[in-house]
Amino acid sequence: MANKHTVSFKLNGNDVDVVVEPRELLIHTLRERLAHTGPHIGCETSHCGACTVDLDGMSVKSCTVLTVQCQDAEVLTIEGFEQNGELHALQEGFTQKHGLQCGYCTPGMITRAYRLLQENPKPSEEDIRYWMAGNLCRCTGYQNIVKAVQYAAEQTPKEVS
Amino acid sequence: MIPRQFEYHAPQSVPEAIALLQKYGDTAKLLAGGHSLIPMMKIRFAEPEHLVDLGKLAELRGIREKGKELRIGAMTTENDLIWSTVVQKKCPLLVEAARLIGDPQVRYKGTIGGDISHGDPGNDHPAIMLALGASFVLQGSNGERVVAADDFFLDLYSTALEPDEVLTEIRIPVPAKGTGWCYAKLKRKTGDFATAATAVLLSMKGDTVKEVSIALTNAGATALKAREAEDSLRGKKLDDAAMAEAARLAMSICDPAEDQRGDVEYKTAMTGEMTQRALRTAHERAK
Amino acid sequence: MAASPDLIERESALQGLGVSRLRKEDARFIRGKGTYIDDITLPGMLFGAMVRSPYAHARIKSINKEKALAMPGVVAVLVADDLRPLGLHWMPTIGGDTQAVLADEKVCFQMQEVAMVIASDRYTAADAADAVEVDYEELPAIVDPHKAMDADAPIIREDIADKDEVSHGPRTHPNHIFTWEAGDKDATDAVFDNAAVTVKEEILNPRVHPCPIETCGCVASFDKVTGQLTVNVTSQVPHLFRTVVAMLSGIPESKIRIISSDIGGGFGNKVPIYPGYVIAIVASIVTGLPIKWIESRIDNISTTGFARDYHGIGELAADKDGRIKALRFFALADHGAFNSHVSATKLPAGLFSICTGSYDIPAAYCRVDAVYTNKAPGGVAYRCSLRVTEAVYLIERMIDVLAQKVGVDKAEIRRRNFIKEDMFPYTTSLGWTVDSGNYDAALDKVLNAVDYEGLLKEQAEKRANGELMGIGFSTFTEIVGAGPTKVCDILGIGLFDSCEIRVNPTGSAIARFGTMSQGQGHATTYAQIIATELGLSSDEIQIEEGDTDKAPYGAGTWGSRSTPVGGAAAALAARKIRAKAQTIAAHLLEVGEADLEWEIDRFKVKGNPAQTKTMKEIAMVAHTGDLPDGMQQGLDASEYYDPPNLTFPFGAYVCVVDIDRFTGETKVRRFYALDDCGTRINPMIIEGQIHGGLTEAFAVAFGQEIPFDENGNHLGNSLMDYFLPTSFETPHWETDETVTPSPHHPIGAKGVAESPHVGGIPCFSNAVVDAFAHLGVTHMDMPHSAYRVWQQCKALGIDKRDGA
Repeated sequence: MANKHTVSFKLNGNDVDVVVEPRELLIHTLRERLAHTGPHIGCETSHCGACTVDLDGMSVKSCTVLTVQCQDAEVLTIEGFEQNGELHALQEGFTQKHGLQCGYCTPGMITRAYRLLQENPKPSEEDIRYWMAGNLCRCTGYQNIVKAVQYAAEQTPKEVS
Repeated sequence: MIPRQFEYHAPQSVPEAIALLQKYGDTAKLLAGGHSLIPMMKIRFAEPEHLVDLGKLAELRGIREKGKELRIGAMTTENDLIWSTVVQKKCPLLVEAARLIGDPQVRYKGTIGGDISHGDPGNDHPAIMLALGASFVLQGSNGERVVAADDFFLDLYSTALEPDEVLTEIRIPVPAKGTGWCYAKLKRKTGDFATAATAVLLSMKGDTVKEVSIALTNAGATALKAREAEDSLRGKKLDDAAMAEAARLAMSICDPAEDQRGDVEYKTAMTGEMTQRALRTAHERAK
Repeated sequence: MAASPDLIERESALQGLGVSRLRKEDARFIRGKGTYIDDITLPGMLFGAMVRSPYAHARIKSINKEKALAMPGVVAVLVADDLRPLGLHWMPTIGGDTQAVLADEKVCFQMQEVAMVIASDRYTAADAADAVEVDYEELPAIVDPHKAMDADAPIIREDIADKDEVSHGPRTHPNHIFTWEAGDKDATDAVFDNAAVTVKEEILNPRVHPCPIETCGCVASFDKVTGQLTVNVTSQVPHLFRTVVAMLSGIPESKIRIISSDIGGGFGNKVPIYPGYVIAIVASIVTGLPIKWIESRIDNISTTGFARDYHGIGELAADKDGRIKALRFFALADHGAFNSHVSATKLPAGLFSICTGSYDIPAAYCRVDAVYTNKAPGGVAYRCSLRVTEAVYLIERMIDVLAQKVGVDKAEIRRRNFIKEDMFPYTTSLGWTVDSGNYDAALDKVLNAVDYEGLLKEQAEKRANGELMGIGFSTFTEIVGAGPTKVCDILGIGLFDSCEIRVNPTGSAIARFGTMSQGQGHATTYAQIIATELGLSSDEIQIEEGDTDKAPYGAGTWGSRSTPVGGAAAALAARKIRAKAQTIAAHLLEVGEADLEWEIDRFKVKGNPAQTKTMKEIAMVAHTGDLPDGMQQGLDASEYYDPPNLTFPFGAYVCVVDIDRFTGETKVRRFYALDDCGTRINPMIIEGQIHGGLTEAFAVAFGQEIPFDENGNHLGNSLMDYFLPTSFETPHWETDETVTPSPHHPIGAKGVAESPHVGGIPCFSNAVVDAFAHLGVTHMDMPHSAYRVWQQCKALGIDKRDGA
């Protein structure tokens, strides 16, 4: 296929280059070309949020972004949160507060909660419920996810570089 | 889940974008935030052969004040609007509306220009723009022109935008100090289009209405300005009976489509109720 | 006598039964290192994309594969004709019916599988699927189950038109599947004929869908050299899956390996064996390459196992004080085009006969008529343990209807009818023996916690002010843990379950089960059970499920059966190990076995407490030569547990709602859930299950439905319309408990994960109806969307503001 673009971007701090058709979705590039299967696919209508990544400082549904739009972008996925064997405060929080059961929505949840806390370091429960409403969960009923985010907020989590 | 093949173009300037639109005609679509278009392409309801991505055009993003106007670049995102201290202070109606659109992730990408130019009566900004008396800067191969919101929304998925034109800027007259505002939106859940929604701006003189602006979302083929409802309130006392009458007049221009959100009767009645809610809240906020 | 610090420390080190210990499985999930089906890539793997019918009922005139096959990267396009020579174009279902794997000459529901394209990658497969040309001749569709058995109804299942039964008794019409009944009809009718009070309502459980965030899929891989078939699949029932595949394919079951690794939610959606799996297996056998098939969300909602679609009629006969004398429940069950859901041979309507609920009802009769329609197949699913949701919904709604008729308070009428504490084990008039319960204690605790009297007072004031406030109850009894093999089977295979434990010399252990977690936390809870039985830390007990090459045979995880059946197997296997350990300890300490007592993690000699042997020490010795004469080495045991009965968790829930009469919006102001699941293995995990089940119940009660038009076209089968509440819509849950152990379960545990769904749905509904009760409303069907509730307000003339 002649219609391919080379796209270079940063993934969890590392430089990557991919050659893709314009129609290739970022979620597929991440999962299949770059072997980052943390972000998941849960729908095709951009509702569930399981594919959420942090793209240039924004929580974005990677199923609704074309890889060709990501030239020079900085992408953070769940795989980038643990640094030198140390878990991020959100990862600690989800474990401590039982914020996950099947784990499928968890990478998207943590990635979204990360940006939420960067922008709103001391959110109320109401804030958390409103600002996490782009991530669906069927197992937890959200209550312990709220607690997990609150736990992390108390640790004043660092920026992930 | 997988769009059809297409060619992707990332122009570095507005003239370049316009040239691409001219070249590819109706086989091309503009890509703004992509959160209306890409989902449609993934289920193959939309199959453009060329995508013209406005994402690299930094000049299309930003919020500034010029005289008595707020000027907002068309690629400004909903999230930008929500966090903008200028918009929070000068035009809180926009913030309230943006907060009711989509979900947090959608709002990082969804743009005010995309929401306006899609021509979808379910989108929220058109009614807000009608209520604010906004105007739009359109740039095309014939140069630049400014079109009032009142003249922009023509029909279902049809606006005044010519095929080779790009909406570049939204100009909003800053509401006078003390103006009350409210966007009341009834929806089934986060991320849903409005079952019915009403935008109100209201300024009072004592307990009578000095000026009022009422616009409706998803109640017809386009966003609708409820002029008779507005007329019925100007110079009147804003009591329960007046608000009920305004609601009734707003309902009288409704022509909503029946769908899973409700039948015509329900949606019309909800337009009435959202109008009442919006008037009540705007009244509380008016000083 | 207070426990000494030493005992407390040793107990705590076990992190065993009853402790809210953190989960062992979290480590991989918080890092995005789970292994879900779509994470799996094998060398040479191809992708399958399905071609689906746009019509609900149509003949297939022709299928043209040419364009698709001509596309680079397309390896095959499979249709029914390609599967016919292998006899795999149809397959037996776990409901005792047959189902088209690929539509054979006709399609029977919109989006039915017609062809599968196999291609090099998913993008090519998607394009090729679009290029397959199918010519249909549309037929009239049956969408309303009430019309399915009309004399002039079109015949849906021409393939079985000549069969007078489809596994569950005589059929009276080509679109009839079965009629099942329980109880004493004559005795019940007689009571109704003479009753002081009778109530009757038509009650709908709409068609809904479990919709786990991960959809269904598989990677099928057949090795042509070894003849080994390996299928990685989203299956809640890996062993049953393997047995069915063996039956279908003719490959010896010993050469089939089914692996369910991490599953992103099941809720019953991942129990059936779907056509996509079978076609992928066939494609792999034919090509000798791995084939991946993953469905989309729209596919999932539209074609995989839905839940409910029960059109019920509930009747109660009572005295003037509301004491129920008889119950008569009927349901018309819409199964879609194939009877494909889990059905025990003797129980095609599942456990519906639990519908006498928590009440002492002397006479009862229930009947279910099941029919085919032109909709997707299914019925049993969604956190309901086999039609229990439908049954509990009926009785909990009807007792409220009765309360309103006789003018008795809705809490009081329940008390008047409860099975009393001293009546357990209690055999219902429909034949179930409820193991234990204490319904009064649960209800009292809950009424106290929410200040019921205060709520009633507030409600009276609000009503006087024209406001709508509702208080809803649900005092439910669940039936889970299928089940005794005499009664419970799937395709003849009994619903026992198994646990195999091996303790190694250095004192850690591995335990494998026939169940299959999809988020319930088995790696933690099973380890906790075994930890307490064996005196080893749950940190050092590894739990494995899902690989049929390693795990002992079991019937999987659904219907809350893991704790009642798998947990029992775990405890009993562990006790076998402890019995052997006791013999070894007695040998080492040179005393008789009866001279030893067990304390937390060790055996002590009675009267000589310094003489001890810990389980860890014994584990090493068990692998040496220092054993009693005639004893084999090793410290292993397995248990295949055939439960003597099901278990009956119960609860008392209260819901307070405020309804906006102008829009129909309902705000759940408060929800208090008290659950009794017997012995509580991990309170933190239980609480998480309650939150999740209540949220799913909330979704069902307030918005979920799968609507069709009169031609069988879907009207809302994506997440645009299907109601999955976000964190913003979901209410706050309050949880509480009582503990009434199951007398027949080795650790007294009953299972809990489905209770909140089963108990929650009627609680929400009862609250909504209660909000209108003072205006004469006795029932409102779900979903209680704003639109539908507003229609009730309008019918009562209360939808407008004064002056409007």
